[in-house]
Amino acid sequence: MTQQEWIERVIKPTLFVVCLIPLALIAWDAFNNHLGANPIEKIMRRTGDWTLRFLLITLAVTPARQLLNLPWLIKLRRMLGLFAFFYAFMHFTNYIWLDQFFDVDEIIKDVIKRKYITIGFASFLLLIPLAITSTNNMVKRLGGKRWQKLHKSVYFIAIGGVIHYLWLVKKDLGDPLIYAVLLAILLGYRVWQRQRKKSLEKEQVAMSPVRSG
Amino acid sequence: MLIKKSADILSSEITDKRTYLSRREFVETAMGIVGAAAIMPGLLLPGAAQAGTRLTGVRPASPRAPFGTDEERTPYEDVTHYNNFYEFGVEKEDPALMSKNFRTRPWTVTVEGEVNKPAVYQLEDFIQPHTLEERIYRLRCVEAWSMVIPWVGIPLADIIKRFEPTSKAKYVEFTTLHDPAQMPGQRRAVLKWPYVEGLRIDEAMHPLTMLAVGLYGETLPNQNGAPLRLVVPWKYGFKNIKSIVKIRFVEKQPTTAWMVAGPSEYGFYANVNPDVDHPRWSQGRERRIGEFLKRKTLMFNGYADQVASLYAHMDLKRYF
Repeated sequence: MTQQEWIERVIKPTLFVVCLIPLALIAWDAFNNHLGANPIEKIMRRTGDWTLRFLLITLAVTPARQLLNLPWLIKLRRMLGLFAFFYAFMHFTNYIWLDQFFDVDEIIKDVIKRKYITIGFASFLLLIPLAITSTNNMVKRLGGKRWQKLHKSVYFIAIGGVIHYLWLVKKDLGDPLIYAVLLAILLGYRVWQRQRKKSLEKEQVAMSPVRSG
Repeated sequence: MLIKKSADILSSEITDKRTYLSRREFVETAMGIVGAAAIMPGLLLPGAAQAGTRLTGVRPASPRAPFGTDEERTPYEDVTHYNNFYEFGVEKEDPALMSKNFRTRPWTVTVEGEVNKPAVYQLEDFIQPHTLEERIYRLRCVEAWSMVIPWVGIPLADIIKRFEPTSKAKYVEFTTLHDPAQMPGQRRAVLKWPYVEGLRIDEAMHPLTMLAVGLYGETLPNQNGAPLRLVVPWKYGFKNIKSIVKIRFVEKQPTTAWMVAGPSEYGFYANVNPDVDHPRWSQGRERRIGEFLKRKTLMFNGYADQVASLYAHMDLKRYF
């Protein structure tokens, strides 16, 4: 098998199944009555946690492939990003359906009045265009540059997601802060890379006349 | 005190199967512990064996409001495994797991401040003069969920009268045990420890207010605030301070732990009020544990007929 075949036939299908494990565990616990006294709250927490985790994992792909010198990792990024959307969608559906039971008035009030819901809701809406434009066809239609620009909004979505969690907890900020720190590292890496590239370009510009002369 | 003539069957003794099974499981575990202790007496912790002991001589709950209700009681398993008790961790499952070895004997309660009879009581002496009674109350958490719990305890007014508060006793301040060695949650500054709560004296003397020592006819499990906790059914759950070691009578309004933590979110009164929203939770509705659809939250948690007069001239939006 070539590396390409290996990725397509083994790694991707395996990853797909692995990414479904959190959902399977929630379903298993629900089936076995292991979600505790307030199952809806529990499903909310777990789908929310996995949304943030998949967002961070997706954002970790670029640093990982550069630092570990594994360029092929980029081929997994789309699937990971789509799973982030998938768990966000589950989280959102759980809120609309199980938690609020389609009570539109209450939902609108919630979204407007509770800032943690406002930002969570906005972040989810911003994820939708990214999911829609994730196909090869859409990349072509938009053109690489524009597509990339659009998909950079994932940085704001991830920040929005972490703030959503920070504002939601009553007092113990421990868990959301872990996400905040990891996200800061992932975004910090990108800033650092950009600075490095810029200074490299400057050096090249500075060096070019010497070379030509 | 706990051993008196046998009482009528408590409504709480008629339990659903789920509860019955979980209790049987508990009894089996307890038998195991007792069995082991019989062989190695040194192993039996003084406090650990107390939880889940059946209370006797308890006056059964009135079937009628406000001291009883015909609403379905929340199963024992849920009441004891879905707890906010930050001294044992911030997750709902933490208190049941982390409080297993919590020692509730010996236990003293200090009574001080504006009273003629300040004293330090052994828990047994604190409770001994009173008849225990069962009360089935709704409990409404500020997080918008609720339960129905059969408590066993004593009207706080009866206890307070013994201490003879002076005319300067305008408020009552309660304090939870501070013992980070036993209460792992206190090793982190999640709240300002120890937990402090308070009531206005007329709230404390109100016939609905009680100090609970048990639930479902048994001594309080550690995670529910053993050995002694406050129950004020028309206020949000966090007012119901657990594992009380000090009761202090004061002239000025006490500053509670949650007032320190979030002054804009948690007020001194914390009366259940569907019209005054918490910034994070709409207080208009609540999810009764075990139910799917949310239900409307009632003013003063459904105890308005009994307590609304306490706040007759107050702006409840300001004094939330």
